[in-house]
Amino acid sequence: MLVIENLNKSFGALQVSHNISLKIALGQCHAVIGPNGAGKTTLIHQISGVLLQNSGRILLDGLDISHLSIWQRVHAGLGRTFQITSILPTFTVLENVATAVQAKEGSSFKFFACATVEVALNSKAHSILKRVGLDDQADRPAADLSHGELRLLEIAIALAGTPKFLLLDEPMAGLGKTESAALIVLLNELRNEFPMLLVEHDMDAVFQLADALSVLVDGRIVAQGSPAEVRDDPQARTAYLGDGG
Amino acid sequence: MDRGALIGGLIFGLLLTMPVILPIIGADYLTGLLIKAMLLAIAALSLDLIIGHGGMVSLGHAAFIGIGAYATAIGLENGIEEILLLFLLAMGATASIALVTGVLALRTSGVYFLMITLAFGQMIFFTLTSLAAYGGDDGLTLWSLATLFGSDIVQEGEGLYFFVLATLILTWIGLWRVSRSRFGRVLKAARDNPQRAEVMGYPIARYQLIAYVIAACIAGISGLLLVQYAEFVSPSIAAWQRSGDLIVAIVLGGLGSRNGAILGAFFIVIMEEFLSSIFHEWRLIYGPLLVLLVLYARGGLSDLIQPKSSGGGV
Repeated sequence: MLVIENLNKSFGALQVSHNISLKIALGQCHAVIGPNGAGKTTLIHQISGVLLQNSGRILLDGLDISHLSIWQRVHAGLGRTFQITSILPTFTVLENVATAVQAKEGSSFKFFACATVEVALNSKAHSILKRVGLDDQADRPAADLSHGELRLLEIAIALAGTPKFLLLDEPMAGLGKTESAALIVLLNELRNEFPMLLVEHDMDAVFQLADALSVLVDGRIVAQGSPAEVRDDPQARTAYLGDGG
Repeated sequence: MDRGALIGGLIFGLLLTMPVILPIIGADYLTGLLIKAMLLAIAALSLDLIIGHGGMVSLGHAAFIGIGAYATAIGLENGIEEILLLFLLAMGATASIALVTGVLALRTSGVYFLMITLAFGQMIFFTLTSLAAYGGDDGLTLWSLATLFGSDIVQEGEGLYFFVLATLILTWIGLWRVSRSRFGRVLKAARDNPQRAEVMGYPIARYQLIAYVIAACIAGISGLLLVQYAEFVSPSIAAWQRSGDLIVAIVLGGLGSRNGAILGAFFIVIMEEFLSSIFHEWRLIYGPLLVLLVLYARGGLSDLIQPKSSGGGV
């Protein structure tokens, strides 16, 4: 379970996060929506450790992670994907995932044994690739994958870290209709295992995946609740969804 | 066995036969040149660990050759003659200085890393020139050399040649193993995409620092053997132009390629020797030659003889 308590962040006089609080339990997919400049990216940066909040706390399964560094948060169980695809381009698809598995399995200060033939790492990486449907691409250089496949690889890398929580930063960005549909099916499966925070512009995807929504405008959450509640919330409608909807 | 190992084996096989072949063709005088080239190759191999595999472009690597060389010279002057002890001395000295400078340098990356390593390199260079007791600017001629278990076999000629060759081969094998290890994988991940490596859960600066220290130690060993070969040490071996030569060697050979680093180093030493003997303004030829090679053989010399297969990035 991820709990965010009264998160505040400002850059000089500009307050970009204003008393943000939310709770995401296992089985839940909580979507954060809002117009550009609402502070969604700043929120993601604070959760993942790129930026430090001015006040407030972030708890992952009861552990306060709000002052940990980026890599320590990953060890605490934070898994994330990036808005702009971020993978290891000169590695194969399998090695990308195996490298992420390696971070959690034993020491990486091993200097002489060959890592690419480690059965334990590779078999775990294969099973994760199977899960996201990329196993037949395992030996290709990651740089050769299509955009849709890269998005799946990102999810595979996040899963390889045995996360307790998934932070998904616009996973649908740049995907075609069929690809989005397939990804939605996958994420719907994963939500039973990991609480998820989804930042997404694709409203179809949001309403198919999310069981809770927060509408972020100018750094404040102006509406929070189930998709149906938010859809009917007058403040959320004027702020973001558009009156005509 | 992969192709890189095969070509590496070929290079080493050729070097092994040289002490037999050279006297036959009446070119014994080339033994010294080959020793010099092998020593540059050892340093180039170590630099390739941090540039080719780690993506950390250092312009201060020759300073570690200098520290290894001076640690050796100072050891010899003070009666330490066992080469294995001198190895420990040279490696200890370079490792401790690399640890301190590395911690500071690794707070930066890219061109700033280049500038800060250059600055540290220059600081070390000028420190060496101020060691009045050990020759200062002029350097120091050594009257005693290192011994191996009390024997003077490693002091000159074939004995020294084979000792240097063995060090080169061990360096090659060691770095080959490191590059395929878990550690090497993390290092390459941090080169490819530092943000991604960190979000996989790796404190990447630690891995980079260890790679930096390992590379410095190996450069220090090359400095030790350089003293043993030249029977002389001066601050010029730590000059930043030397660091530049090392970068040229690995770019010329092909980044991330161990065989390339060796070929690049040999190319530089041989070109310097031959071009300068036939033509005083030899750099007029050397310069354009480098430009052509970089333009038309992007992957370096190693790519000309061993086209890279995609992926792996090893």
